[in-house]
Amino acid sequence: MSQGVWTIAEQRDGAFRKITYEIVSEGRRLADALGQELTVVVLGSNIKEKAAELGHYGADKIMVAEDPRLDPCTTDAYTAVISGLVKEGDPSILLLGASVDGKDIAARLSACLDAGMAQDCTEFSIEDGKLVVIRPIYAGKAYAKLTFANSSPQIATARPNVMSINEPDTSRSAEIIDASFTLDDSMIKTKVVEVIKDESGKIDLTEADKIVSGGRGMKGPDEFGILEELASLLGGTVGASRAAVDAGWRPQTDQVGQTGKVVSPTLYIACGISGAIQHLAGMSTSKVIVAINKDPEAPIFQKADYGVVGDLFDVVPALTEEVKKIL
Amino acid sequence: MKIIVCIKQVPDTETQIKIASDGKSIETGDIKWIMNPYDEFGVEEALRLKEKFGGEVTVIGLGPKRVTDALRTALAMGADKAVLITDDALEDTDSLGVAKALAAAIKELEYDLIFTGQRGVDDDLGIVGTAIAEFLDIPNISLVTKLTVSDDQASVQAERPVEGQTLVLEAQLPALITTQKGLNEPRYASLPGIMKAKKKPLEEKSLADLGLDPANFGAEARKTQIIELLPPPEREAGKIVEGETPQEKAANLAKLLHEEAKVI
Ligand SMILES: Cc1cc2nc3c(=O)[nH]c(=O)nc-3n(C[C@H](O)[C@H](O)[C@H](O)COP(=O)(O)OP(=O)(O)OC[C@H]3O[C@@H](n4cnc5c(N)ncnc54)[C@H](O)[C@@H]3O)c2cc1C
Ligand SMILES: Nc1ncnc2c1ncn2[C@@H]1O[C@H](COP(=O)(O)O)[C@@H](O)[C@H]1O
Repeated sequence: MSQGVWTIAEQRDGAFRKITYEIVSEGRRLADALGQELTVVVLGSNIKEKAAELGHYGADKIMVAEDPRLDPCTTDAYTAVISGLVKEGDPSILLLGASVDGKDIAARLSACLDAGMAQDCTEFSIEDGKLVVIRPIYAGKAYAKLTFANSSPQIATARPNVMSINEPDTSRSAEIIDASFTLDDSMIKTKVVEVIKDESGKIDLTEADKIVSGGRGMKGPDEFGILEELASLLGGTVGASRAAVDAGWRPQTDQVGQTGKVVSPTLYIACGISGAIQHLAGMSTSKVIVAINKDPEAPIFQKADYGVVGDLFDVVPALTEEVKKIL
Repeated sequence: MKIIVCIKQVPDTETQIKIASDGKSIETGDIKWIMNPYDEFGVEEALRLKEKFGGEVTVIGLGPKRVTDALRTALAMGADKAVLITDDALEDTDSLGVAKALAAAIKELEYDLIFTGQRGVDDDLGIVGTAIAEFLDIPNISLVTKLTVSDDQASVQAERPVEGQTLVLEAQLPALITTQKGLNEPRYASLPGIMKAKKKPLEEKSLADLGLDPANFGAEARKTQIIELLPPPEREAGKIVEGETPQEKAANLAKLLHEEAKVI
């Protein structure tokens, strides 16, 4: 019978991404609930040494697959290697991050292994030895509680920034295993031609702990400077509504919402955003929501934990000054 | 080029979602159905490629008869023909089953490129496109914002933004692309387009027509099962931050975020 929880680590340029610590921590909790082992599968090149630290976060075993063709991550190469390892190791649960890559790999694995898959989950539990997940549907207007049937493994991806990260315990260590796998060139049908790095050093919205977003109320692209200042002070990043993106004030990668990114920061500050249902779709799982809007009737106030009715061009700079006093 | 676009019909994004009395489904009575917004990008990209290279654009949908409307919209935008997979046995089929049936229908056609949306805005899954590629054993490139087909029409290059960087990927055709916003600006159906669409071929197929066994579809065959649908978690009623001036409001807000919410 299938046994154990496996999580797939995500790394970039020799460092693990935040989502990796989140799913290793969550994987630990699920493995404990089942009384089974947690194996973390790490793919990449020259990553073995770094991999050991995942033991501090709860991995019992770390299976390392090294090959230059696994870096950067492509869906083909990852699916080829992981599906082989899963067929061999027969885990009961396979957990990935709901990142751009994680979601695509999970979908391809689900088809290739003919196993059920739940995308972008915000809660996991074990009931009667089976995985039960909760995931937002209809843009967060409802939540579905799902379980698996006739499915081995049970595949799920976790929404970034939702699962809490375990306090690292340096007295814990994991057994490191060299994965035995075959990767034929014929399995890799997409070739990486170029990797265009974002040199701005901007934190991706899906990973940011604090987001200051601007909408049509910002009036123009240059005015976003006041949001940039507040965001960088908070150690966060700037997002935007679709109206601001479509006006050309911000790049597409900044858009939050149904046709943009889904984010879950600790703090989301919406400035000059009305709170259309398609915008809420992208940020309703944020822990604390602040709205700054001059219209007291704006729907965003119904979702906000703290609302400030006022002109954002007065309130935001004043807030920046107040935050400086605190930090 | 022979291009296929998969079209899902979904509730309009403004729809109020009400959980039905069985606790496992939603009330569909008042829903206005639309083409999944991501699929509009697929139709647009397919039409632009046809304009450049010539060829044919076929749209495929799976679901009840009402899905015909979404397919007609795509025909009105300029697609050439449509296929609707419809069968009572498909009710409650999960995404893997949908992908299997779509892949079977696509196998009967000629294709160089297939477009699907990155995810449906109904169940927000994002499985079907990538799964179709797996079932057809062709490459997929997901969440594409820029696509270039080589002059010899043998390969594609696509830009795929992943957090903090963009990969430029290349694949031989046939390949499957999933779309996202930024790829293009979808056109609207013109009035003459809508008139013409009424006369364009729309073929209906059952599972049996596709050589598929109904036993492998429907609720019984699901690999994920809905235990229940829940309303979104309640958020506690928010506070309007008091203050006479913007400065006072800002000071109070900062204090609340620091002392009460403890997020700064
Ligand atoms: C299929 C579909 C998908 C969509 N996807 C998305 C999506 O992913 N993301 C998204 O955001 N939208 C999306 N939308 C669009 C959405 O419906 C709204 O049109 C959009 O979110 C509005 O953006 P906004 O709030 O910035 O602008 P508006 O609705 O115009 O609101 C501007 C707000 O700024 C306030 N304001 C103006 N000046 C000031 C000032 N000086 N100080 C304080 N407040 C001020 C106003 O009171 C107003 O509330 C989608 C729509 C559709 C149909
Ligand atoms: N029933 C369907 N009929 C046609 N295409 C579909 C169907 N379901 C999903 N798709 C395609 O797959 C994409 C992703 O859908 P999903 O995996 O359901 O989130 C959609 O944008 C469509 O292009």
